Amino acid sequence: MKPAPFVYHAAADVEEVLDLLAELGTEAKILAGGQSLVPVLNMRLAGPEHLVDINRVPGLDAITVTDDAVRVGALVRHADLLASAEARDALPLLGQALRWVAHPVIRNRGTTVGSLVHADPAGEMPAILALTGGSVVLRSRRGERTVPAEEFFVGPMESCVLADELAVEAVFGRFPAGTRTAFSEIARRHGDYAMAGVGLAVRTDGPDGPVQDARAGFVSLTEVPAVLDLTPVLEGAVAADLPGLAEAVTEAVGSFVDPVDDIHATADYRRHLAAVQTNRLLAGLLAGETTTTTTEETSA
Amino acid sequence: MSTPGTSTTDGTAGQTPTQPHVGSVRGRVVTTVPRAPFDPAGGEARPEELVDVRLRVNGAEHHIRVPGRRLLSDALRHDLELTGTHVGCEHGVCGACTVLMDGRPVRACLMFAASAEGSEITTVEGLTRPDGELGPVQQAFVECHGLQCGFCTPGFLTTITAYLDENPDPSPEEAREAVAGNLCRCTGYQNIVKAVCRAAELRREEGDR
Repeated sequence: MKPAPFVYHAAADVEEVLDLLAELGTEAKILAGGQSLVPVLNMRLAGPEHLVDINRVPGLDAITVTDDAVRVGALVRHADLLASAEARDALPLLGQALRWVAHPVIRNRGTTVGSLVHADPAGEMPAILALTGGSVVLRSRRGERTVPAEEFFVGPMESCVLADELAVEAVFGRFPAGTRTAFSEIARRHGDYAMAGVGLAVRTDGPDGPVQDARAGFVSLTEVPAVLDLTPVLEGAVAADLPGLAEAVTEAVGSFVDPVDDIHATADYRRHLAAVQTNRLLAGLLAGETTTTTTEETSA
Repeated sequence: MSTPGTSTTDGTAGQTPTQPHVGSVRGRVVTTVPRAPFDPAGGEARPEELVDVRLRVNGAEHHIRVPGRRLLSDALRHDLELTGTHVGCEHGVCGACTVLMDGRPVRACLMFAASAEGSEITTVEGLTRPDGELGPVQQAFVECHGLQCGFCTPGFLTTITAYLDENPDPSPEEAREAVAGNLCRCTGYQNIVKAVCRAAELRREEGDR
């Protein structure tokens, strides 16, 4: 349970990180919060020759709210983003989802950008990046590129970051006015990986008006973060229509998600949880529960 | 005491470097291509590079020279001989190794000592008052029988200390939530939850004095 030997580099600035990555390539890994990487190292599931610690690199810890996005630097801890009233006001879905990321102690150290790069299908923030139509900014000696979420996540635990690239910033898109969001998860134990999680963004024509646009993102239910457009099912619906539409929503969600069996839950049960949560969140949103964050657990 | 620079047997020995390795982390399947395996029988012995680390722990400055892979938990226990910080699961789940870093609880087993340079670390030893008397959270654990074997206790004490700084008056439900990230195999948690509430009381009484 100790990492294999590696050469430790405490990078002083972004330029040094990029130089090291250009030189070392696949032999190097970036260490940011380490809450996913260090367990993997401790268990020797990975053994990079070099570790480039970016924790003391200045300029990577900014949270910037613009008209259409919330931009999150590579060293912003989950806890910092959750504590940012400005970020939560601009994109309430961030706050709704972040409180489901592991436990507070892990959030104190783990970074939001790091969890995106880690690309765990059970991670909350990859699902949120996809649902918000967000992107990740990657920088290398060759230049900078901005990769949209649908191209960023390549497979389970696999993002498109190349060996010489540093993910410097995540860009979460802000929703148009009139959009309400909600997020929920069901896990065996509090703070554990979700058996199934759902994020929802619904835009209506006025507070009690009909649905114009509805999208759902999923946790632990798809191989890579994917967004289901529920607009064809829900367009024009108001709260009173939902009971009659529940079956159609269940069908749309059930045929979209692609969960797998494991020790915690069967694929069928996960699919069931996905549909149940989607219908519950929809009911809550259309009933005007604008700050819904359902806290749901099964008793172990 | 461990010997800095001594390589331990690598679990991947015997595999070719390019062979993908499938394992699991907290129940999740992870596929990686391992490094060239450490081969104790042949090849050149590679001396492990050491790094100089300045650690500020419980107000005292320490200077150690350790491999980059030295976990903060091991640096505290082995190099600084502060054995109050306990090592349980070593992958961030059990919470026994929790210490405060600039006042915020973090898992010492998920950090390298070198990453902690420049931060103020507080271990369970640092929760005791300067005169040797127990701090309020420690006192509450004694009064409420919040521990049995005591293995998990240092992690609870540090976590709760930081929690009460932010939430000085938690309800029992909030107290339960506050300790949700720490595992205890003895108590059933009832007395730990009581201890959180009692510690909040003790802190308030101190504030009133």
